[in-house]
Amino acid sequence: MFGFITRRISVLLVILLGSSFLIYNLEALSGDPIEDLRLSKAPNAKHLIQVFTHELQLDVPPPLRFFNWLKGVLGFFVGNFDLGLTRTHEHVGAMVGAALPTTIRLVLGATILAIILGITVGIITALRQYSRFDYIMTFIAFLLFSLPVFWVAVLLKQYLAIGFNNFLAKPVVTLPWILGIALFGGLFWAGVLGGERRQVWLKFGIGALSSGFTIWLLGALNWFVKPSLGPVMVLVLGIGIAFAITQISLGLSNRRGLYAALGVAALGFVVYFPIQTVLTPNFNLGLLLGLAALTVLISGAIGYFFTKVDRSATIRTTVITGVLIAGVIYVDKLMRTWHSYASTDAVNMRPVPTVGQSNSLLETHDYWFLTLDGLMHLFLPTMALMIISFAGYIRYARGSLLEVMNQDYIRTARAKGLSERTLVMRHAFRNALIPLTTIMAFDFAGVVGGAIITERVFGWVGMGTLFNTAIGGQDLNLLMGVFFVTGSMALLANLAADLIYSALDPRIRVGQ
Amino acid sequence: MAKKKLEAEVLEHGENAIEQQETAGLSQSQIVLRRFVRHRAAMISLFMLVAVILFVFTASGLRFGAGRDAFVVPGWWHYSITDMPDLEYEKCPEGIIGCPSLNLIPGKGFGLGDHPFGQDDIGRDYFALTMRGAEQSIMIMFVIGIIAAVIGTVVGAVSGYFRGWVDSLLMRFTDLIITIPTVIIGAVIGYRVGNLGVFFLGVYLGLFAWTGLARLVRGEFLSLREREFVDAARVAGASNRRIIFKHILPNAVGVIIVSVTLLMSGAIILESALSYLGFGVVSPDVSLGSLISQYQDSFTTRPWLFWWPGVIIITIALCINFIGDGLRDAFDPRQRRRISRKEREQAKTVEKATA
Repeated sequence: MFGFITRRISVLLVILLGSSFLIYNLEALSGDPIEDLRLSKAPNAKHLIQVFTHELQLDVPPPLRFFNWLKGVLGFFVGNFDLGLTRTHEHVGAMVGAALPTTIRLVLGATILAIILGITVGIITALRQYSRFDYIMTFIAFLLFSLPVFWVAVLLKQYLAIGFNNFLAKPVVTLPWILGIALFGGLFWAGVLGGERRQVWLKFGIGALSSGFTIWLLGALNWFVKPSLGPVMVLVLGIGIAFAITQISLGLSNRRGLYAALGVAALGFVVYFPIQTVLTPNFNLGLLLGLAALTVLISGAIGYFFTKVDRSATIRTTVITGVLIAGVIYVDKLMRTWHSYASTDAVNMRPVPTVGQSNSLLETHDYWFLTLDGLMHLFLPTMALMIISFAGYIRYARGSLLEVMNQDYIRTARAKGLSERTLVMRHAFRNALIPLTTIMAFDFAGVVGGAIITERVFGWVGMGTLFNTAIGGQDLNLLMGVFFVTGSMALLANLAADLIYSALDPRIRVGQ
Repeated sequence: MAKKKLEAEVLEHGENAIEQQETAGLSQSQIVLRRFVRHRAAMISLFMLVAVILFVFTASGLRFGAGRDAFVVPGWWHYSITDMPDLEYEKCPEGIIGCPSLNLIPGKGFGLGDHPFGQDDIGRDYFALTMRGAEQSIMIMFVIGIIAAVIGTVVGAVSGYFRGWVDSLLMRFTDLIITIPTVIIGAVIGYRVGNLGVFFLGVYLGLFAWTGLARLVRGEFLSLREREFVDAARVAGASNRRIIFKHILPNAVGVIIVSVTLLMSGAIILESALSYLGFGVVSPDVSLGSLISQYQDSFTTRPWLFWWPGVIIITIALCINFIGDGLRDAFDPRQRRRISRKEREQAKTVEKATA
């Protein structure tokens, strides 16, 4: 294993070296950074040319200058990593270091959401191949494929952000909205669940009624202005999560597993009140991680003590259930902060921002205010970025699962009488994930590119901004710094994909 | 119960009968063509794409080169992107200038009018600008598609066929280019060569867009080269070049065509993104991306300036994607098409008659 990783890393390093060399020369040869000075008739032009030529080492041919840059990068191994200076004499390393967390925050959430949602929808469409739902999702996927992200971003700003803010000013859910959402909900559930013709109508009716009623109730209770879940909803959602996770992970016929998961849900309800004393304005990331670890431990222990056989599967179920319920409690707290956050002077009841990465007018150290502020600013860019890669995952997951479902071993599994759940989750899904890991790694480079555009649209200051400055100002070192970091991230994603690949596919034995 | 079983049996045989009947006595390309023609979404998209291309290219005419000394073949639209008619405001709502005159509601004022898509800030006709932008996008799409197809196929074919060190060298080179985010390389190139005109921009971008295709073709070649017909050709004394181009390539053409169509739809988005960032087509020439970038802030006051370029990008990309999907289905030998109720009934009758 160790040998495999080192071999892989060395190949990746060579690739990174090659691509840096390529970009460096491409950029250096394609333009003259002091062109306007050469044309200038200013008296000190000659002097300035000399200064810049010396500073930017323009007298050294680019292929050789590259090695000068490389020397700074290789300084990493002796402890003085140096990406050079920008043309305004700032340290590229520091600038990139400051911009990187912003971009990662943007990319990471969007990618994870896109993967989860895309694979889920992809699986459903594959299992309901050639159904109406499949056709509709295929069309939506193609439509999303064809949308330029900057165009979507403008629409999102207009309709989602400004529209919702205007709605909050006068929070009345009108009849057309209720009808529209009811129709959508009905179509969605009828499509996802499928079945015989009469059953589809039944499901459509129930779906439409329940979603229409929910939205009416939420509007009537003024929930959009003062949202919260409360202990009862935490319990209800917890039980729902317990059932859903058990069904997916174990199957409801596994009673002990179900009871263990329900036990976790009950515990979530019990700790709801005492935990509120911890969720103070002074809450912080360390505390959050500690609580998360505690959740994993306790729910794992519940899984352990509830079962005697097949323990690891039950523990997996209870841990997932526990983490999700903890997430619900966290979201509940955020929701109860919502109204006081939205009515601060800085936000002024327009909580969905269209530009920027944080509200600079917000003067507070309250953890919940700051988290909510960060999340609201992430909302639109994440949506825009997610939309680009979401469609791809639907198509790939669908194709990959269909491919697997046609294999002989699936027929064998069916023939020996396995339930459809076991078949899909244990035999088909795992194998369908194998080709997807490769795509995830490649998609990452695409998302970084998308982030450059998204940052521009939403006025974030991250890698994209640096990149734009670098290209516009012909700043070679800055450009190389941006490229070096994004390139390394893409390569790391590649490496991760290789490792996941070998973990998922026992036929690939690495290091032998 | 018994009836249901019988029905299932008939269905099974019936479907096979339909599929066999369908392919009897046809060559591979005829089968593919038939399947493609039957793919409704793909056919609609193909017609739409052809219509859009014809409309766009005849409207603005052809223009080779940039600037004043360009060679121009005039189109049927009476404005070009260099004309600057007076800004229209008399027929517009209060406080808005350069509103669109397109009216699809029958009655007074029905028709295109003088400025169907309105006018930009300095009075240029927005219809002419949009058509010019669409022309650029379509052109760049085909240029990137063709160049990437040629390079990708050759690299993939050579590396899959010869294997060994040639393969590792070419594939490492491919990896190298894959790791560079497309927007970065596109921006570096676009910023420098954008002023040379869209054709050169397309050529340069095509030089870096072939990587995914090369990988696919390589995989296809790796498996095809082990097949009997390749051995047969080799025993008969065919040269490597002949085997690659005459024997293996025709068998891999499906994968190539499908992948190239998807690449082309990606190319149109890439071009608009680069122009949006200001690294692609440069002023005074226009592209759909640069139009959107210029007028995105006018969304609330003059939304048509934002909608039209976007709608055209989406239409073209969507059509290409659907055509690609149709081609994929048509080329896939394992593809089992959905069998309509009518065909099932027919098969059942055939089954009964022969029994």
